[in-house]
Amino acid sequence: MTILSQNTIPDALPDFRNLGVAARILVIVNSVAFLAAVLKAQNLPQLIDEFLDIALVVEPVLIASLAILSATGPWLASRRYWIGLSLIALGVLWLTAGAQWAWTRASVDTQPLGIIRSGGFALLMTAVLAGYFHLRNRAFSPALSEARLQALQARIRPHFLFNTLNAVLSLIRKDARRAETALEDLAELYRMVMADTKNLTTLARELELTRQYLSLEQLRLGERLVVEWKVDGAPRDALVPPLLLQPLVENAVYHGIEPGLAPGTIEIAIRCEKERLQVKLTNPYHREHQHRQGNRIALSNIRERLALHFDVEATLEAGVNGADYEIRIAMPYRKAAPHSVPADRAAA
Amino acid sequence: MSEPSAPLRVFLVDDERPARERMKEVLGDVAAELPNVVVGEAASGHEGLSLLPTLPVEVALVDIHMPQMNGMEFARHLASLERPPAIVFVTAHDQYAIEAFEVNALDYLLKPVRAARLLAALHKARATGAVGREPLARAAAAAGQGARRYLAVSERGCIHLVPIAEVVYLKAELKYVTVRTPQREFLIEESLASLEQEFGETFVRVHRACLAARARVRGFERVAAENGEGAGWAIVLEGVAERLPVSRRQWPIVKSLANG
Repeated sequence: MTILSQNTIPDALPDFRNLGVAARILVIVNSVAFLAAVLKAQNLPQLIDEFLDIALVVEPVLIASLAILSATGPWLASRRYWIGLSLIALGVLWLTAGAQWAWTRASVDTQPLGIIRSGGFALLMTAVLAGYFHLRNRAFSPALSEARLQALQARIRPHFLFNTLNAVLSLIRKDARRAETALEDLAELYRMVMADTKNLTTLARELELTRQYLSLEQLRLGERLVVEWKVDGAPRDALVPPLLLQPLVENAVYHGIEPGLAPGTIEIAIRCEKERLQVKLTNPYHREHQHRQGNRIALSNIRERLALHFDVEATLEAGVNGADYEIRIAMPYRKAAPHSVPADRAAA
Repeated sequence: MSEPSAPLRVFLVDDERPARERMKEVLGDVAAELPNVVVGEAASGHEGLSLLPTLPVEVALVDIHMPQMNGMEFARHLASLERPPAIVFVTAHDQYAIEAFEVNALDYLLKPVRAARLLAALHKARATGAVGREPLARAAAAAGQGARRYLAVSERGCIHLVPIAEVVYLKAELKYVTVRTPQREFLIEESLASLEQEFGETFVRVHRACLAARARVRGFERVAAENGEGAGWAIVLEGVAERLPVSRRQWPIVKSLANG
C-alpha cells in the first residue's frame, strides 16, 4: 500500500498550475496596482493614466512570472519552502528590472516608474502573496484535521462493523475460507480508514478498497446488492484524495440498498475526459429514507478535501435524478509517479 | 401454555440471511440448556406478520433495522394478536432504540449475539410473556421513530394492515376504535387519545370521540344539533357518504383547517 507524499500541508508553495491559484494572484496584484493608482490620481482621466503607467511594468512581469511559475512549479515545490520562495522573489525582481530596462529603451519621453519603486513594488507583492497563501494553508489545516476526524466518525458506521462481524460469524462453521477472506478485507478496510488521509493516493488503490468494502456488504446483503462497475477507461495512476469513493459507496448502500426489499443496483462509472477525471455514482433513491445526516456529512467532508487538494478545479454535485440518486465528481487528472501505482491487485 | 419440558418455539425476523443463520447456530448452542425450536423465519416485517399468526410462536427475535417496516413497528402490530408472543429485539447498533428499550424495560440483544445473553433473554421472555402495547408505543416514540405507517387489525387469527393514508376517520366506540376507510370499517383495540397523540399531524379531532383525516376534509354542512340546542356544523369527508358532527369546542380549529 503506497501513500504518496505530495501536497503536504505545512509551509508549501501553492500549485501554480491550478487555475484558482493563478486567478487569485492576478486579482490580488491588479487590485493593489489599481489601489496605488487611486492614491496617486486626482481625477478620473488621471487615474486611467496612472493605472496604465503602472500596468506597463506590472502586467508583463505578472504574465511572465505566472508562465514561468506554471512551467517550473513542480520543480520549485520539490525544493525547500524558503529556497523556492527566494528563487521566486529573485526571478520576479529580475523580470521587473528587465521590463523596466526595456521600457526605458523603447519609450521616447515617459519613464513609467523608477527602478527602485517598481523593484520594491514587485518584492512587496511577492511577499504579500506568499503571506496570503501561507495563511490560507494554515487556515485550511485545522479544517483538514477536523475533516479527518469527521471522516472517521461519519464513515465507520458501527452498524456496518457489527453487522459484518455477525455475518462473518455465520460463515465460520460452514465456510471457513470465506470467513478468512472477509476478515482480511475488514482489516484492510479499517487500516485504510484509520490511516492519515492527508496525502493523495492512487485511483487503483481507492478502487481496490471500494471493492473490498462491497464484498463485505455483499456477504450480508446477498442478492439485494447489485454492483455495476464501469471503470475500464479509468486511469489507474490518477491521484485522488484517499477515501474519496468508499464513503460515498457506503452511503449508497445505506440509503439506496438497505431500505429496499427488492434488489437494487449501484453503478460506479469512472473515466478520463480532456485531462479530467469524471466519477459518477448512482444508487436507487428512497424518498422516505433521506432524513439521516450521514450523507450530508460525508458529502461536505469530501467536498472540503477536494477543495484542499484541487482548489476550484474539482467539483462535486449530488442530486436526485428520476428514481436514482446521483453523485458526480470532476477533478484534474494528475498522474502518480509510475513506481507508486500498485500492481494489478485491484483487477480481481 | 406449554409444560416446561416442551421446546421453546421461536420465530426469527431479520432482513439479512446470514444474521438469521447465525441466530439459528447460537440457538442450537443453547438448546442443551434451554430446548428450543425455530418454527419459522421471515426476511421482513410484512412477511413476518403474514406468517407468525399462523404458527404457535412463544418468542419472536426481531431485528430493528429492516427495510419497509422496522422491527419496532412490526412488534406493535403483533400486539393486536389475541395471544401475542414475547418479543426480544435484536440490533447491531441503534443507540436511540437501545436507550428507549432500557427506559421501557424491553429486552434486547446486541449483534453479534452471545450464547449466554441469548439464554438469559429467552428465559426472561418465557417467564414474562408478551409485552404490552403501551411500553412498545412509548419506546417507539422515545426512539424517535415517528408514527406507524399502518394500523393492525386482528381478524380471524390473521393480522390485516390498514395503511394510514387510506383511513378517512377514527371513531371511539365503547371499548374499540372504528377505523373507517372508503371501502369498509375495522375495529382496533387502541385508545383514541393515544392515536391522536401519535397521528396528530395526519388527523384532526372534530368531536370528543372522533378524529378525521386532515387531507380528506372537503367542506361543511349545517345540521341540526344532536341535543336539539339549535343548529351545528358537520364535516364532509372525501370517500364516505356520512357526515360527522363537529363539536362547538373543536369548530374554530376545524374551520381554520378548511380555509387554510
